[in-house]
Amino acid sequence: MNECLVPEQERPIRRAKLTTAPILLSAPLVVFLTVFFFAPLAVMLSYSVRNNEVPSVLPHLSKAIATWDGRGLPPDSVFSALALDLRSNNDSMALGEAARRLDFEAPGYRALLFKTARRLQAEQTSTASRDELTNIDARWSNPRYWLALNRATARLTPAFFLAAFDLKIDDVGHIVRVEDDRRVYLDTFLRTFQIAGTVTLLCLVLGYPIAFAITVLPRRLAAALTFSVILPFWTSLLVRTSAWIVVLSKDGVVNSFLTRLGVISEPLQLIFNRTGLYIVMVHILLPFMVLPIRSVMNGISPNYMKASASLGAHPCLGFFKVYLPLTLPGVGAGCLMTFIIAIGYYITPALVGGAGDNMISFFIAFHTNSVINWGMAAALGVVLLSAVLLIFGTFGRLLGFSRIVALK
Amino acid sequence: MRTNPISTLLSAAAILLAAQVAHASDITLVGAGGVLQDAERAVFFEPFAKEAGVTFSEDSYAGEQAKIRAMALSKNVTWDVVQLDHAEMIVGCDEGLYQKLDWSKIGNPEDFLPQAVQPCGVGAFAWSFIFAYDQDRIADGPKNWADFWNLKKWPGKRGMRASARLTLEAALLADGVKNEDLYKVLATDDGVARAFTKLDEIKSQIVWWSTGAESIERLAAGDVAVTTAFNGRVTTANQNGRHFALVWDGQMYGQDYWGIVSGSPHKDLAEKFLAFASQPEVQSKLPERIAYGIMNKKAIAMVSPKAAEAMPTAPQNLKNAIPFDAAFWAENDADLTAKFEAWRAR
Repeated sequence: MNECLVPEQERPIRRAKLTTAPILLSAPLVVFLTVFFFAPLAVMLSYSVRNNEVPSVLPHLSKAIATWDGRGLPPDSVFSALALDLRSNNDSMALGEAARRLDFEAPGYRALLFKTARRLQAEQTSTASRDELTNIDARWSNPRYWLALNRATARLTPAFFLAAFDLKIDDVGHIVRVEDDRRVYLDTFLRTFQIAGTVTLLCLVLGYPIAFAITVLPRRLAAALTFSVILPFWTSLLVRTSAWIVVLSKDGVVNSFLTRLGVISEPLQLIFNRTGLYIVMVHILLPFMVLPIRSVMNGISPNYMKASASLGAHPCLGFFKVYLPLTLPGVGAGCLMTFIIAIGYYITPALVGGAGDNMISFFIAFHTNSVINWGMAAALGVVLLSAVLLIFGTFGRLLGFSRIVALK
Repeated sequence: MRTNPISTLLSAAAILLAAQVAHASDITLVGAGGVLQDAERAVFFEPFAKEAGVTFSEDSYAGEQAKIRAMALSKNVTWDVVQLDHAEMIVGCDEGLYQKLDWSKIGNPEDFLPQAVQPCGVGAFAWSFIFAYDQDRIADGPKNWADFWNLKKWPGKRGMRASARLTLEAALLADGVKNEDLYKVLATDDGVARAFTKLDEIKSQIVWWSTGAESIERLAAGDVAVTTAFNGRVTTANQNGRHFALVWDGQMYGQDYWGIVSGSPHKDLAEKFLAFASQPEVQSKLPERIAYGIMNKKAIAMVSPKAAEAMPTAPQNLKNAIPFDAAFWAENDADLTAKFEAWRAR
């Protein structure tokens, strides 16, 4: 019946406006995100399988070594190709990139490659390349270093992804676990999920009652409470973390207060361990839990609880049977947001955590800035991103994506 | 006449841009931050700018080479002179990140301690890696690396540098390795395993520091009972009223360098800075500001006796000292750092 109110000819025009306007309005953002977010992200992630550092500096060798069957030592032609490439190299920065890539395959390769290049460029001899190279360094008669070259000249490499799971390809081509003293990522991934999970749980336990209080308190008090929850948002992460160091340290506010009250005689170790990490992370992430829950609670009519009471339910039963299920979408959204943000933390764990509390993002930053192994950083990034998308997808299925995104 | 608003905007932007170019400084000098850079500013940066009649800007970094590599590779170099760790200088020199120096423009190599004269670096200062504790909290403190490991006698957290370098050495020294065998042992797999086993003994008590400032702050706050540190920062803290004890027994000493980033747009001025910072009169002022050693032999004689006492090179401080082997680390850093981080995360 209502449809009759809209004149027939106007409808298609309205519909057209509705679809083109949002596209035009969001176009600048889409362009911005593509240029400054998606494209760089894709380039960075491609580093996880890229393997062109060595072929671009050692072109003759890359061609020659492709004919080698990988058994024993390579033929003379491969030795001469390497000598030729190193002798004619005049781009030390590019050689540095290649040397770094090879050092990842076999420790010490960086120094070996530079030493060999220096010596080859300094002296021109007529001896066969095989003898020449092994005279410079005996390591050239060890097949291990040639196998590493072989792996580093393939078009694409699985090495970084394997390493992200503490695996590697050994010298006979099998995928094996890395040595005990190099295993680190699997444990770190587990620890990352465990810390993020605990923080999420603590945020939920603390945040749910706060969100409830905000919805039922008088307007003025509720505003004050909301303000104090949101306040941490407006201070930089680094400042908040440093402030916690002052508050929680041995001579800090908390310890001196408790000592003065006589509650404790020895100062408690509240920071530089897991306890400190949880305290600081919960404080920083609490708003991400409280706000979604509060927005859902705001939309729940008090009449539901009144109705359950009028049907004779005890307030406790009413809460668990009526109120709690209605707030679940908010709880889900809050938990998801808190968990996903917590997974990416690395400055806070490094600053206030204990000796073994580093999370996986620390290693991504470490490989990007300190050791400059972007392939490794990208591979870890892809694994972390996939984990986040998987969690998001699962929760999305369970709760409905619209609820998570729009906080309906 | 009505002006076109767009052209007005454009010309305003052009004026702003021009003003910015005019304000851009003539040279960018990069140090390690904190009290060290404060001293460098007073001793090297400001006097140089005054003498050369140029302006300078500063930056600081924690020694990560990623930024410098990105600059050099993209040929968009905004840093000119950087303070460099010895091992990073060796690696960066191989890889062409730093310019090969023309020593005839800097000074007579004969005037310097031999280790100060390098193809890509001029010795900036000498440091000692020691450990320190707060005498206000511990009266009779640990006296050597073995004591540093003694949690029974001196309980409490241990501040240690989040880096394989110097930390593995300290562990081996604590385990009884002789000074002269230190790097021979560290070069073997068994030696590395031995260092980690030793570190395991105190792992639960370790608090990692990554900047020199952190080591001192935590010692001051009482969050760590004992901490490894670079000597200059400890002495500076004591000058500001602290009573930290420095333990020189088993100290490891090395040098940092000034280097010029490849493709620096102000190469000539950068060379002038290196020459200025190497003059004996200039260098001799550094130990008065911060207790680090200097590289020009003529300058060493000019340092006041009081400042000389706190320097890494003072005879009483050198009694049981081990030189840091930068060449060893330039070759083994990637491997040992990977193992160190794996151990640290365990």
